[in-house]
Order: sequence, then C-alpha cells, then structure tokens
Amino acid sequence: MAVWEPIDTIAAKVQSGELKAVDLVEKSLGLIAGNESFKAIVATTADRARERAKAIDAKIAAGENAGRLAGVPFIAKDNFLVFGADTTAASNILKGFAAPYQSTVIEKLEAEDAICVAKANLDAFAHGSSTENSDFFTTKNPHDETRVPGGSSGGSAASVALNLAPFALGSDTGGSIRLPASFTGTVGYKPTYGLVSRSGVVAMGSSLDSIGPLASSVEDAALIVDVTAGKDELDSTTIDQDDQGYVVSASSLAGKKIGVIKEYMGDGMQPGVRGCVEAAIEQIKQAGAEVQELSLPSLPLALAVYYIICPAEVSSNLSRYDGQRYGFSYADAKNLDESYTKTREIGFGKEAKRRIMMGTYVLSSGYYDAYYKKAQTVRTKIINDFAKAFESVDFLVGPTAPMTAFKIGENANDPLQMYLTDIMTVAVNMAGVPAISIPCGTAEGLPVGLQLIAPQRADRELLSVARAAEELLT
Amino acid sequence: MASEDTRRQYTVTIGIECHVQFKTKTKLFSAADNDAREAAPNTLVNHIDFGLPGALPVLNKEAVRLACRAAFALNSEPQKFSKFDRKHYFYPDLPMGYQITQFDEPIVLGGSIAIEVAGERKTIGITRAHMESDAGKSTHPAGGDYSLVDLNRAGTPLLEIVSEPDMHSAAEAKAYARELWLRMKYADVSEANLYYGNMRFDVNVSVSKTDQLGTRTETKNLNSFRSIERAVDYEVERQIQVLEDGGEIVQETRGWDDTGLKTFSQRTKEDAHDYRYMPDPDLPPIVLEQSYIDEIKASMPALPDDYRRILSEIGIDAKTTSDIIAVPDTAMTIKHVYEAAGGPHAKRVAFWLLQPQSDDGEAGTETEVKAPEEQLIKLSQMVEGNKLSSTAAKEVLAEVLKTGKDPEVVAAEKNLLQVSDEGEIAKIVAQVLADNAKAAEDVKNGEMKAIGFLVGQVMKLSQGKANPALATDLIKKQLGM
Repeated sequence: MAVWEPIDTIAAKVQSGELKAVDLVEKSLGLIAGNESFKAIVATTADRARERAKAIDAKIAAGENAGRLAGVPFIAKDNFLVFGADTTAASNILKGFAAPYQSTVIEKLEAEDAICVAKANLDAFAHGSSTENSDFFTTKNPHDETRVPGGSSGGSAASVALNLAPFALGSDTGGSIRLPASFTGTVGYKPTYGLVSRSGVVAMGSSLDSIGPLASSVEDAALIVDVTAGKDELDSTTIDQDDQGYVVSASSLAGKKIGVIKEYMGDGMQPGVRGCVEAAIEQIKQAGAEVQELSLPSLPLALAVYYIICPAEVSSNLSRYDGQRYGFSYADAKNLDESYTKTREIGFGKEAKRRIMMGTYVLSSGYYDAYYKKAQTVRTKIINDFAKAFESVDFLVGPTAPMTAFKIGENANDPLQMYLTDIMTVAVNMAGVPAISIPCGTAEGLPVGLQLIAPQRADRELLSVARAAEELLT
Repeated sequence: MASEDTRRQYTVTIGIECHVQFKTKTKLFSAADNDAREAAPNTLVNHIDFGLPGALPVLNKEAVRLACRAAFALNSEPQKFSKFDRKHYFYPDLPMGYQITQFDEPIVLGGSIAIEVAGERKTIGITRAHMESDAGKSTHPAGGDYSLVDLNRAGTPLLEIVSEPDMHSAAEAKAYARELWLRMKYADVSEANLYYGNMRFDVNVSVSKTDQLGTRTETKNLNSFRSIERAVDYEVERQIQVLEDGGEIVQETRGWDDTGLKTFSQRTKEDAHDYRYMPDPDLPPIVLEQSYIDEIKASMPALPDDYRRILSEIGIDAKTTSDIIAVPDTAMTIKHVYEAAGGPHAKRVAFWLLQPQSDDGEAGTETEVKAPEEQLIKLSQMVEGNKLSSTAAKEVLAEVLKTGKDPEVVAAEKNLLQVSDEGEIAKIVAQVLADNAKAAEDVKNGEMKAIGFLVGQVMKLSQGKANPALATDLIKKQLGM
C-alpha cells in the first residue's frame, strides 16, 4: 500500500474522523526524521504544524466542515514565506529571517486546512539544477544517493519521492519544478505564468517565475493547482483561473493533436532517455493521438536568451539583500560602502554572485541594447514560435531533460554544463506557457521525465491529457 | 560681481524638474498611509515599502487618475500606453535597491504652460511627466557615527514634471514654478503644500555667450519660489564669474543653502550612477482606454487661465487677480457668484474675500471660505438694494463666514439693516433740523458742507440704520431746496 493515499481521499477521511490531522502531521514529521540522510529538508515547522492539526481536528470534532485539504501535510520549498520557520531561500544572507507575512499560496492552502510541516532545500535563491548551489548542503537523490535530485526545487522533489508528505511546493523559473520531478520520478507542474500568485515567494526572475506543485500523481497536482490558482490582488501579474477549475479526469488521447518538438529530439540526449521518451510517444500514438513532428526554430536560442533575461532580473531582485534591514549584515563595517560590499560578499554564494554580475553587465548602459533588449526580441520570437506551433497541434511533447540525474559534483565546477540541463525547460518559461513533467520509465534504474506543454491558459486541458498519459505510462 | 555689461553678454538657460506629491490616501505601490506629516518614524510602512522578500508592488489606481488630471493641467493628454521601470542604486533609504519610475515610456509626453513676467506672456514647454515612488528619509545626526532612516516617505507617489529649457531668467523660473503650483492645486492633483515638501524643484542652469548651450548645473530640492529665484540668480552669477575668470563649469549636482543663500557642490558627473534601468516585470504596463481618458477630461475643473479670463471680465486688476487665484477656494467662489449673479456682484464678493497673498506659496496663507455662494450673493444684493451699508456688510460677512448663518438673519440680529422707510426717516430728519437750526440755516444759505453734519446726526439718531442717500434727499426736501 502506498505511504499516502490520494490527497482528496486523505482529506475526506480527516473530515469523516477516520483519520486525525495530528496523526498525519506526526507521520510526516516521523518520515522526515527517518530520512534525514537525504537532506531534503532545511527545517520543520513542527510546532505550528501540530497546533494547526489540533485546531483542525477540534473543528471537525465540533461538527464543522473542514477545508478541501483537511489535515493534508505538505512541504514548501524554502523560498516560500511561511510562518513557523525561517525563510532562507537556502542562502546565508537570509539565514535567520523569520517571515512577518505569508505567501498567498500558503494562505490559500491553509484556508483549505492543509498543513505545512517543513521547508525543503533548494539551490540558493533557486539558482541551479541540482541543489548543489544551496548555501547549506546538497540534497541526495532518493533513487541513488550519489546523485543529485535536480533543482532548484530538489528538496521538494526528493521529499515527494521519499513520500515525506503527499505533496510539496516548488517554483519554476527555467525548469526548477520539472527538472527535479524528472530526476526523482515525480510529477512536477509549472502552470501558465501568472496563474498562481508569486506574492510571498522570494523572487528570482520575476517575468519567468511560476509557482506549482510536485506530487505523486497528476490528480494530486491538479487538486493543488485548483486550490492555489487565481487572481491575487497582491500580485499584479496574476490572471483569473478557469471557470471550471483544474480538478479533471483523464481525457481520451484519441484524436488529440500532439507535436513532437524536433529541436528537443536531436543529438545530446542520453540514449536511455531517448528510448523512454520515444517509447512513451509511441504509446500515446497507439492510444489514438495524431502525433506529428514539428519545429520551433527559435528554441536553440532559448537558453542563451534565458541567461541574459534571468540574471538581469536576478541582479535587480537581489538588490534588496543589503544587510540594512533584515537578514545577514556584516557587523564590523567601518562605513556604508563596506557594510554593503562585505554583507553581500559573505552573504551570497558563488552562483548568486555570478548571476548578479552577469545581470549587472547586461543591464549596464552601453550594453543594454546589445544584450537585454536583443534578448527580449528573441523572447518575442520564442513566444510566436509556440503560438504558431499551437495553431497546428493541441499539445507539445518531448523529454524534460536530455539526461537522467547526474552525479553529485559532476557538473559543480562547470556552470555551462550545469546550465545545459535546463535546455529543454527554459523556453516554456520564456513563453509563459504551462508544462508538466511526468515519469515515463527509467534508464539504468534512474527515472526519466516526459514533458507535455500546452498553450497559455490551457492548464485544465494539459492536466487532463497528462492524466491520460500517466495512466498509459504507469 | 560681474558687471551689468558682462552679464548682458551671456544667455541664461533654465530647465526645471518638479516633483509633485499626489494627494492619494495610500502610497504608489502599497496600502500604507500616504500622509507622513505627523507620523512617528517607520510607522507607515508595510511589507512592500520595507522591501521584504517576496513583496510585490501593486499600482495605486488613484495615482494614475491624478497623473491623467495633471496631464490635462499641463495642456497635454495622458499616454494610452506607459510602463514602469526599475532604477537601481544602493542607499539605506531605498529598501528594494531600486526606485520604481517611468523611464522611456512616461504617462505624459509633451505639454506646455503659459507664464507672465513683467506683463509679457510666454509659453514654457513640458518635455514629459512620469510617475515614480519616493525614497525614504535619511538623517545624519551631527557628530554621530550613525544615520537614521525613516521609511514613512518610501513609496510616496510622485509626478516628476520635466520642462524644456525654455526659461531665461530667475523671474521666469519663479513664474513657471508658481504657475505649475497653481495648476497642480486647481487640478486637485496635489495638496501642493510647499512647506511639507509636496512640490520640490530641481533647477538646471547654464550660461553661454554663444548659440551653444553652456555646461549646466542642477541645484536640487528647492521648496519655495523665492529659493528658486535666488538659486538661479546665484548660479548665473557664479557661472559667469567662473567663466570670466577663465575657468570651466563642471557638470554637477548642487544643493541650496537657504541660510547662506548660496548653492554648493554635492556630486560631480564622475560620481554619476549607472542606474541600469529595466522594465519592472512585477508591474504590467498601464494601458488606458480612450473612454477613461475622455471621462477624466470631462471632469477637469477650471484652471488658473480660466479664472484669469473671468476675473478680467469682472474688471479686476492683475495684481488682485493674482492674489485671488492663489487661493483656489476664493477663486472658485467668485466664479460661481459670477455665473449665478453676474459681474457686479462677483466683483463685490471678490473684494470681500480678497486676502493679500505672499507670493511664496507658504503654508498658512489660506483661509477657507465657508459661506455658500447663495449667501454671498444675497449679502451683495442687500448692499445693492440699500438694505445694508458697505461697512455693515463687512461686519455681516465676518459673521456669515464664521457661522454660515443667513446674512439677513445676521444683519437683523446685529441691528444693521438700513431704514429706507421715508416716513420714519422724515421724522428723524425733522427732529435733527429742529435741534440744529444753525446748521440747517447754513445749508439753506448754500453752505453744503453743513449737510454732511446733518446727515451724520440723522445716522446717529437712527443708530446707523438710515440710508444716508435717502437722509440727504429728505433734508433738502424739508429745507425746501
């Protein structure tokens, strides 16, 4: 029997009194304690979780209705502002920072009586693909402890793969939910840009950041999207949710037009990954989908453009960590300049500094037009390429990553090689479209992820077809 | 001092940037209170103003509406598309490490306002006006090894209005600033209280002997019309002196010392920041519908030029006009009286309400006009209809302004109504003539000076209520003249 039943089943049993929220929280905290060696968790929010569980149980005992996620424990990536533990973004500069307000997503989940039990590890400020850039420690892949879980939401993905809780929250700026889902054999969902509020999530690249769940099934992921989606007056870039919501059944694949992205099926893919992805596509075809190969010519530019736009926004968003109001502050500074430089020199890790420098450079006067502005032009091309592709197909399909989980340390000293792990995920963020990574088998014992991509705001349809593909592939 | 001759060889060129604080309830991007005047430090600050992780700016719609009103007040139109950008620099009173401003696509592009200096009218071009959020306030206590930061002001909504370099004298600079101040008041965009820094001016000054513009300096943060005039005068003199001595003007930012009455160097161009402007990804562009713009245009109140026209129609001189316009409430009342009752009444009311204004827009020079126009008109009609002497009218007015009571009631209460009943006055006249036979005889003999004395006696006996003109007529009549 699975460690956790489907989320809606758990919530129903808590509501009926068959399960107690306090027991679910203890179960989750126990699993977290028993799996410490994987280093998926930065800190638990145990005290607050236990209090909330008691309150939810009491509410139900009093005959009141609890929310749709009654008593369901979850784990938040440590870049979500959450009460009950520090919010560090796995960075030294935010070590000891206790959030004085909560992110909208957490508020929405708590309103439905879900319970946050822990904060998960990540690459500091979500900069990375392996959690090796965490200022604290590297999370280990549950399938092979010598390998990375992917990143940046590696702690969240490992938590779900280890069944520490029924679901976890992640953020996806260039693949940070989908890549670790692919590496850990979990489901990772990146919604349409703006569908889920960014308020109260430590910003990385504001025009690219999407908030989404990691879960054991598409069904569970869809329920979390359903609870968290929608316009938020605290985030001006949010959009209205679909009137029909996101709790969907599997749609028939028969007659669905699905495009295989030519640029993602070329050289550079590990043979094992290719085998799994091609087999999955064949199964989808057998199920009656009209599969065709098509080309999005601007995709090969996506990674280069991403590493201009994203660092530009990173350099800007990280300006506020200056040691003047909260977080780490260099205490022995003799003047203001020294306070700034020492605080940031000590407080930021290598990758954050690298991105601040790249971003500062591309925004500098004299370079702005050549880099940032040109990158925005290419970004528009990518958006148009996706729009054009979706004129002839309903969904796009391809691998989530060209490889399976790599060894800890393998890419650590080669940032370019590390950036290449995101080559199949970043374009989706550029275009703001929704995408999901679902497991599609293993290569040499390591999970492989299949990526399905849909047009903007077609999240409902994407989740529905992903459920069908999931049924087919497992 | 450069001689008058030397000075005449130079052309002075001035451009002004003005920061206007919008009169919104809340800040530009947060729900924190926008009125920082009386608040204890760091009490009007929420997670957005404090720059906490994950905090996102949310645009205040009221600020956009006020910016649109400002556009019309600048003889311009709001842009249908504008956007916000981030301007980066590090300073403790700038919590996010960047200021949110409008860089290349501001809400107002182009515009103009007319000014008048020494009877000459002149148009000053407006380059642009953009919305931005203010920084907090830093103080550096003298002798202390620390600084204090108050973030109450951080996020205050501002409109920065940039003029063309169209001014060529301190007087023009001052007139422009004053006209801008009036327009922002009339358009109801800002409290426009200079004392509280609701409008602050940065003055760019250069001098040149040739057609080419000279190197300019920018004197920042002037907050009175007088200091603008003085700072320009000082800079012109200083720059000419430097050039005449064979030196060069350094492009720099200067401050104004209001005690020493001089500008001083703050920052040269070499220290200039690279602000690394970029579009703010947290804020979607502002896209305005034509219907929204039309609605605001239709709701625009009369502006100073409209009042100037009306006051001139009423027959009020330029200096008085200027005093009246400095107090929008007064000007509006006069306009309403004019529209409801015509010029003569409006003129009378204008002089009643007139208060000499300092030309510096300092706080505390305004008294609110509390009386509704109908009552002012009624009062004016009473004077016109000889029911009230003009002296008595002023007494009644004071009470009406204070209490808002009906002028007729006030006049009756104070026993100030003029008696125009012929029979009653005739009796008093008869009494006065009997009591003052000598004076009556003098008048009869053509010594008209004495008639004034007799009228005075009538007024005295009637306790000031007799209509003096009627009394004069009756005296003559009874003396058979």
